[in-house]
Amino acid sequence: MSISRIMAIVKKEVRQLRRDRLTFGMVVGLPVIQMLLFGYAINTDVRHLRTAVTDQAGTHLSQQFVAELGQTQVVDIIEFVETAEQLEDRLRRGKISIGVLIPADFDRRVSDQLRAAAQLLVDGSDPTILGVANQLRTMPFRLDSARPLTEQQQIFEVRPYYNPERRTPVNIIPGLMGVILTMTMILFTSVAIVRERERGNLELLINTPLSSTELMVGKVIPYIVIGMLQLALILAVGRLLFDVPVRGSVADLYLAASAFIAANLALGLLISTAAKTQFQAMQMMVFILLPSILLSGFMFPFDGMPKFAQYIGEALPNTHFIRLTRGIMLRDASLAELTSDLLYLLGFTVVAMGIAAMRFTKRLD
Amino acid sequence: MNSEFAIEARGLSKDFGKLRAVNSLDLKVPRGQIYGFLGPNGSGKSTTIRLLCGLLTPTEGSATVLDIEVPGNAEDLKPKIGYMTQRFSLFGDLTVFENLLFIAEIYSYPVSGRSARVDELLERYDLISQRNQLAGTMSGGQRQKLALACAVLHHPDLLLLDEPTSAVDPQSRRDFWENLFRLAGSGTTILVSTHYMDEAERCHRLAILDHGAKVADGTPQELQDATGMHIVEVVAEDPYAAQAAIHELTEVASITQLGIRLRVLIPDTHERPRETVERVLAARNIAATTRMTSATLEDVFVAVTSKPPGGAV
Repeated sequence: MSISRIMAIVKKEVRQLRRDRLTFGMVVGLPVIQMLLFGYAINTDVRHLRTAVTDQAGTHLSQQFVAELGQTQVVDIIEFVETAEQLEDRLRRGKISIGVLIPADFDRRVSDQLRAAAQLLVDGSDPTILGVANQLRTMPFRLDSARPLTEQQQIFEVRPYYNPERRTPVNIIPGLMGVILTMTMILFTSVAIVRERERGNLELLINTPLSSTELMVGKVIPYIVIGMLQLALILAVGRLLFDVPVRGSVADLYLAASAFIAANLALGLLISTAAKTQFQAMQMMVFILLPSILLSGFMFPFDGMPKFAQYIGEALPNTHFIRLTRGIMLRDASLAELTSDLLYLLGFTVVAMGIAAMRFTKRLD
Repeated sequence: MNSEFAIEARGLSKDFGKLRAVNSLDLKVPRGQIYGFLGPNGSGKSTTIRLLCGLLTPTEGSATVLDIEVPGNAEDLKPKIGYMTQRFSLFGDLTVFENLLFIAEIYSYPVSGRSARVDELLERYDLISQRNQLAGTMSGGQRQKLALACAVLHHPDLLLLDEPTSAVDPQSRRDFWENLFRLAGSGTTILVSTHYMDEAERCHRLAILDHGAKVADGTPQELQDATGMHIVEVVAEDPYAAQAAIHELTEVASITQLGIRLRVLIPDTHERPRETVERVLAARNIAATTRMTSATLEDVFVAVTSKPPGGAV
């Protein structure tokens, strides 16, 4: 193994990367765009939700209440309907996100401390809207004719439809870190070698004294650095725009990320030994990316998944990384308390690298 | 102990699935010479070159290249050979200078002499004005020069060139061959595959490959002397009619038209070929003059790659 040959590959990769505007753009652009896109989803300050109202009371108080509701700007009242069934119908068809049901005995309920005065029918299929509904629930209304509401009293009773599970939006950024790194790291490494095969560069390289290991290591080093930069970028954007905390140690976070980046790069190299074209490499990347988004606990709680899906999830590096980041960033856990996930990532790296090095021969047959 | 041959292949065969790409090839390439592989596309030229540098594992047979067994010890061979792929395989998004520097680093060229060597090659291969140009934006001829410069950077003993001039204009081809002769003059053995007759004629020795098998080898002169064919040149005002008439002769191996001239190949087992041709032309009342002529390399190529008598082209 020759350090100078590895450095020759690293230098070449960096030079090529600098000229490859698309890839270079992806290094910075992909995390930022994804953060902004997902950032809107985790932005709980949502306004102008389409809303329909059924006012079965029709009293002065209920009308005033509806007017107050409209003034909050959180909801846009677009329709008044007769019955609760009509509300449900519009909710189901996606015409509205929130339905307000004011029962006939609204006036009496308002003065009753024990009962909620009205119902919010919420499209629980969208967790963000559910979050908004929870805000509305505690929003103080000043109803001049009624006696002032106490802090504790809730004017709404929230009934989440379709999704009784309520998620903390801040969960998304730590998970998103894993998704972004999975996407970029696997994509870059797998394509980096397959592209050389497609362009014919590989036939030249395998006819030189360069060894497979030197080539692999040289290819991977620049992307480790890029992964670290992306991580810093994600953390900065998360902090500045979305106020996502890092409650644990940043050093721990970087250690965990190093193991995760290594695992993904090894996986990318493995793909590159199997794919013949860049297109194939991307197809395989999607094959890993989708479960990394869906089965890793990023989108859906891991415990809620069927056993079979959990087994797949356990195999994915992202699942373990999300546990690590949520632990470190949100629960202030130390890496020492999360060793099993860290060990899995390290083991995964060693195995994937080993298979990739075995599969990559300096032969064409 | 140095063998007098740079390359010795014994019964080298390579199968791709059911296709036999190279068929029990025996080969002896003397040191310091330019050895040509002449053959049509798909005749196994590239596969043979790849077998010789250890990129492919032979199905049968073995080869000794620069006294090193391939594929067994191919890694020991890598520093000693220069290989130019059929397709441009340098980095299009690196400049000429960066490509050369990269190759120097990969071959661990001594750091002290590195930049001098790169400068020397830039000058020798007339690439100074392209020094900072991206390789991908250069013309075919310039790319070939760069590829050759990279292939010889580490002073290899053996150069393997796979159809190096297939995408290059005639002037660039001439320059390219001048460089090859200079390299051979300084002791480098060169194996070059081509499907150009004029290039084959420039080689010291050549092997003609057809369907993966070697069908003839020797110096161009030896090959021309040993075609086993009479060559009758026919000049006719109506070459199509003449060709149709001669076609009827069962002894004719092939007819090649060059303008108004026809080159008729007849195996030398037949007596008086010129009279045979004249007779059939006279019988058809076709005005034509005939003369016996000596074989060109193209005639050799046609003779060894075409089917025996009866299967005229």
